[in-house]
Amino acid sequence: MSQYLMRRLLIAIPSLLGISVVLFTVLALAPGDPFEELATNPNVPPEVRTALRVKFGLDDPVPVRYVRWLSAMAHGDWGFSFVSRVDVDKLILQRVPTTLFVVGFSQILAILIAIPVGVFAATRPYSVFDQIANTLAFIGFSLPTFFTGLLFILIFSIYLDWLPFVYRADISATGLDWYWQHVKQALMPIAVLGLFQAASLTRYVRSAMLDVIRLDYVTTARAKGLGEAVVVVKHVVRNALIPVVTLVALQMPAIFGGAIVTEQIFRIPGIGSLLISSILANDTPVVMAVTFVFACLVVLFNLIADILYGWLDPRITLH
Amino acid sequence: MAGSIRALPSTEIGADGRVSGRRFSPGRDAWRRFRRHRLALASCVILITMVLAILLGATVWSVPINDIDFAARLEGPSWQHPFGTDDLGQDLLARMIYGGRISLAVGLAAMFVAVSVGTAVGAVAGMSRGWVGSGLMWLTDLFLSLPQLPLLLLVIYLFRDHLKALFGPEGGVFVLIVIVIGGLRWMPVARLVRGQFLSLREKEFVEAARALGASKTRQVVRHILPNALGPVIVAGTIDVAAAIIAESTLSFLGLGFPPDIPTWGRILYDAKDYLDIAPHWALFPGAAIFLTVLSINFIGDGLRDTLDPRRVM
Repeated sequence: MSQYLMRRLLIAIPSLLGISVVLFTVLALAPGDPFEELATNPNVPPEVRTALRVKFGLDDPVPVRYVRWLSAMAHGDWGFSFVSRVDVDKLILQRVPTTLFVVGFSQILAILIAIPVGVFAATRPYSVFDQIANTLAFIGFSLPTFFTGLLFILIFSIYLDWLPFVYRADISATGLDWYWQHVKQALMPIAVLGLFQAASLTRYVRSAMLDVIRLDYVTTARAKGLGEAVVVVKHVVRNALIPVVTLVALQMPAIFGGAIVTEQIFRIPGIGSLLISSILANDTPVVMAVTFVFACLVVLFNLIADILYGWLDPRITLH
Repeated sequence: MAGSIRALPSTEIGADGRVSGRRFSPGRDAWRRFRRHRLALASCVILITMVLAILLGATVWSVPINDIDFAARLEGPSWQHPFGTDDLGQDLLARMIYGGRISLAVGLAAMFVAVSVGTAVGAVAGMSRGWVGSGLMWLTDLFLSLPQLPLLLLVIYLFRDHLKALFGPEGGVFVLIVIVIGGLRWMPVARLVRGQFLSLREKEFVEAARALGASKTRQVVRHILPNALGPVIVAGTIDVAAAIIAESTLSFLGLGFPPDIPTWGRILYDAKDYLDIAPHWALFPGAAIFLTVLSINFIGDGLRDTLDPRRVM
């Protein structure tokens, strides 16, 4: 297992490098000067500007700039936000936990819905339950997150007035009330993201279950007298989850995309809303860094999926 | 005619498509399979209705999209304004007809980009036996693990002004969005095409073509590609829906089309601050996006049933 883990880690490094190359190429290809705050500021005389450009090496060839940028990123020197006047890494570190909190809980919600529903639907294929679940799943992943978010606000905040629609990091209450306030404000964003994920996950679980449930070893398990529940839970589900883990890993980029939208709707102070506000404020260092953090998170979650994969299917770790 | 086909159980159709002296073309056989998927059929009707409404709506409902009328601000649906009005008193029906054309055009164009790039990459990777194939697949996997929405936002942020100067405000954003959405969605198609190519290129009919002296291009274009198209069509259909969602998401975040071009996502973006007093403003465009995407997804599902040769129906 440890050897397998090492190998996976080693595979993650080239993909991170590849992603950084793509990001830097985009930045380098961009017309105009992304760091044009200096260029447009009339208080900076041209000589100073040229000197600064030379100092920061903005006119060097692209590969040289790439290596310099990459080593700076690796050293934790992520630059300085034009707008907030804070180091970019501090700004991002403040916000990452909130994003991970929302994304993590929505994933848990999605799994809690998708696995039981998918398993139940697959054990009774083409039953009424299966068809309803299937149709709901289709509706679920055809509803874009921004529209579900608005619908939830409309129903639960405006008509019913149960939940607040603005996420606040600074809740003044103390003790149990503090937790309750937090749960209340996190409920809608987590539900929006989680239900969207659950919809596609349910379909994956169902089709993976259907592939496994007709295999011979399942018949053997039944033939030796095991109860149906034991057969399904212990023999079928574990094997059916193997392809599902891969598909979840492939979905990771989409999940973080959904997180950006949700953070924007509910004004959650995470890195997604930071990205949008920096784009609107032309804050290039923050935009680049947040995009790179998103890429790192995707690679990290793919790694976690790989580890899960190895745990679910011990054969994988042997190769 | 239609009734008699339905009555025939499909198992009676032989390999040559001959049943009781009547010959079925592959197209008709596909249609027969597609019709079984009732939701897909209903979705077809809904989608065609919406497309017709979008294309012909402007001739029937000829209210200008930017006709400001402060007396009719934020009004709910009425006979004068069937979908109500926005905060400037502009008619929402007219704006949605206009925006729908852009949303659909973006969806179709981005799908076209994604399918072309994906097919080309997949075909090259599927035909080459050396490092080119594995290199291309590594690239595909790399693109699959890119965070798409942040990257989309980054590219639009960096290139927006330049393209606006080049193609004008509408054209620039259109070209950019189409290229970027298409350029980030080709990977599934490439994988599908490569998988199909790897198995098809070893089949006897390709070998026969090769033995007859067909060039590599001819083998690909005449023999392999037509047989690999089924899954590509399905993926392309679903890509249209995904591209429409991507465009609406961008517009919803305020980073897509400029404010004077009311795409469905843009209308939602403008409407979200008035949810409490004018919910209709958000509900109509949201429902339009949802219905379009849902029906395209159902059609894709129906096509999958139709075009998957393994499936016995």
